[in-house]
Amino acid sequence: MSFAQKTTASQQPNAWLRFKRWCGCRFEDETLFGYVLLVPTILVVLGLIGYPFLTSVYYSFTDKTIGMDASQIKFIGFDNFASLVNDRIYRKALVNTFNFTVTAVIAKILLGLMMALTLNEVKRFRRLFRATFLLPWVIPTSLSVLGWLWMFDPQFSVITHLLRILGLASETTSIPWKADPQLAMASVQVVNIWRGTPFFGMMILASLMTVPQELYEAATVDGANWLQRFWYITFPCIRPVLIVAMLFSFVRTMGDFQIVWILTNGGPFDSTQLIATRAYQVAIQGAKETGLGAAIAVSLFPFLLPVILLYLRYARRED
Amino acid sequence: MTAKGKAEQKPRRLYDLLRGLTGHFTLRNLVLSLSLLFFLFFTLLPVGWMVLTSFRSDQAIDMHPFEIHLQDLSLDQYVKLLTDPYFPFPKWMLNSIIVSLTSSLISIAIGGIAAYSLGRLRYRGGSAIGLSIFSTYLLPPVLLFIPLRVLAARLGLPSNSVWTLTLTYLTFQVPFIAWTLSSYFQGIPTELVDAARIDGASRLKAMFLIDVPLVLPGIISVFFFAFTLSWGEYMYALTFMSQKSAYTVPLGMVNEAQIGDIYFWGKLMAGAVLGSVPVVIVYSFLMDYYLAGMIAGAVKG
Repeated sequence: MSFAQKTTASQQPNAWLRFKRWCGCRFEDETLFGYVLLVPTILVVLGLIGYPFLTSVYYSFTDKTIGMDASQIKFIGFDNFASLVNDRIYRKALVNTFNFTVTAVIAKILLGLMMALTLNEVKRFRRLFRATFLLPWVIPTSLSVLGWLWMFDPQFSVITHLLRILGLASETTSIPWKADPQLAMASVQVVNIWRGTPFFGMMILASLMTVPQELYEAATVDGANWLQRFWYITFPCIRPVLIVAMLFSFVRTMGDFQIVWILTNGGPFDSTQLIATRAYQVAIQGAKETGLGAAIAVSLFPFLLPVILLYLRYARRED
Repeated sequence: MTAKGKAEQKPRRLYDLLRGLTGHFTLRNLVLSLSLLFFLFFTLLPVGWMVLTSFRSDQAIDMHPFEIHLQDLSLDQYVKLLTDPYFPFPKWMLNSIIVSLTSSLISIAIGGIAAYSLGRLRYRGGSAIGLSIFSTYLLPPVLLFIPLRVLAARLGLPSNSVWTLTLTYLTFQVPFIAWTLSSYFQGIPTELVDAARIDGASRLKAMFLIDVPLVLPGIISVFFFAFTLSWGEYMYALTFMSQKSAYTVPLGMVNEAQIGDIYFWGKLMAGAVLGSVPVVIVYSFLMDYYLAGMIAGAVKG
């Protein structure tokens, strides 16, 4: 209190100082100070995320194309969504998005678990291994995908070359990594798995290191084997982190854009087309149909929302 | 030592190395070693092949793509990449640096004070607000790129401007930083601040002179993580930048990757390596910070 009195007692200061003092007094209130500090973030969240998202939902009910004035936009109800239901490419993109996401997330969980268990047992050079294994996550994805583009080259694929060395492919065959519909999907999934496995590996490793060692000692004394120790001690301990990482990765993988965009551009014959790539094609390229593109993008939201809500529930429980 | 002698010793050395890494030879350690080798191969094959290709001449890549001769290795591709006037790589690098640095710095300022508020102060609705801020971080750019583009046009923001792009990067930086840093602020002791407050320090003073220095490690790791998020961003860059001179490194490398039907793989890989190097160098020094930021970003620690 004496602090506040001292400042007001001094003689006429300039406007800035007066403002500073005025703030100083008000900020002594914890609630007010707390809210004031949140203001810039809330402005960003509402102005750059909330408002655009709502306009996107609005556009999905209109026939807007790029360059249209606000007065020209016509509200067309569910027409965009109705036309999507019958759109062959959209339906394919939806199925692909689920296939891509579910397969990749499951593979990343299994490989990440394997990576974490391995790293946890390594005695020497552990930091070096950890640093190396994390590289795919650190290198900017769009640049590492260029490396994969080169590895999937129809003529000079180093993967095909290695398969030849191992005798798994004949000298004359070239494997159409990006040209065959099924192989193309597998290829983009492999790249996503390569990029995302370290995330699971490091998350799981961090929680493995918190498992109390006494539990293992006690279990060994009781005669538990490796599998029993994993199932009854390790797994329950890492399960919360596993769930959070899985939900997080699910959201991220579902919205993935650049791997497919750079590697296959959705082809061949839309066999790797995802919701994200299709939305971009429709809204930004070609006829630039903002309304229809927004409808495609927004159609992902009902699938994302439950995962996001679940994630928030589990992430908070971690506290 | 002759080359032959080296080759003969190799298996034994490899065995010794593996045994050294995992302890005595048992079935368990064999499985561990195989797993390690698998992950090393899986991780390093794309990276290694990229780096190797970047040092080879176009001719060597075309003529014998899988035979590596030492005399083929050179820095030519890097020289070509940096001097080709039709391929303004240095300009892209500059754009990337400007966008990543400014967006991360602005976001640290905006999100940082919010994190302080969420992590350090007690008031009604705090945790609910924090959670809703973070939930917006989970919205993928797919849901936002269309309206953001329309919004930027309506506000009259210049297209092909690094500042417009910087603004869009705030959409994922600010919520991420606010959420992640708030757990750092939660974790620091309160005694120092209490003492300072009793001595008459204002809340602002206590915040900037005591709490902020205490979470400096957190700020470094979150800043670095946010920087890498911006550095590799692709979708917004693709949406907002259509002029060659305005590209960021990822966008430029992908867009100018091929001329007609021909890919210049050597140059392309050199660009990919140069674009990754800044991040990897900082990462090699700050790995623990990076890991902390990554884990705190996904699981509130």
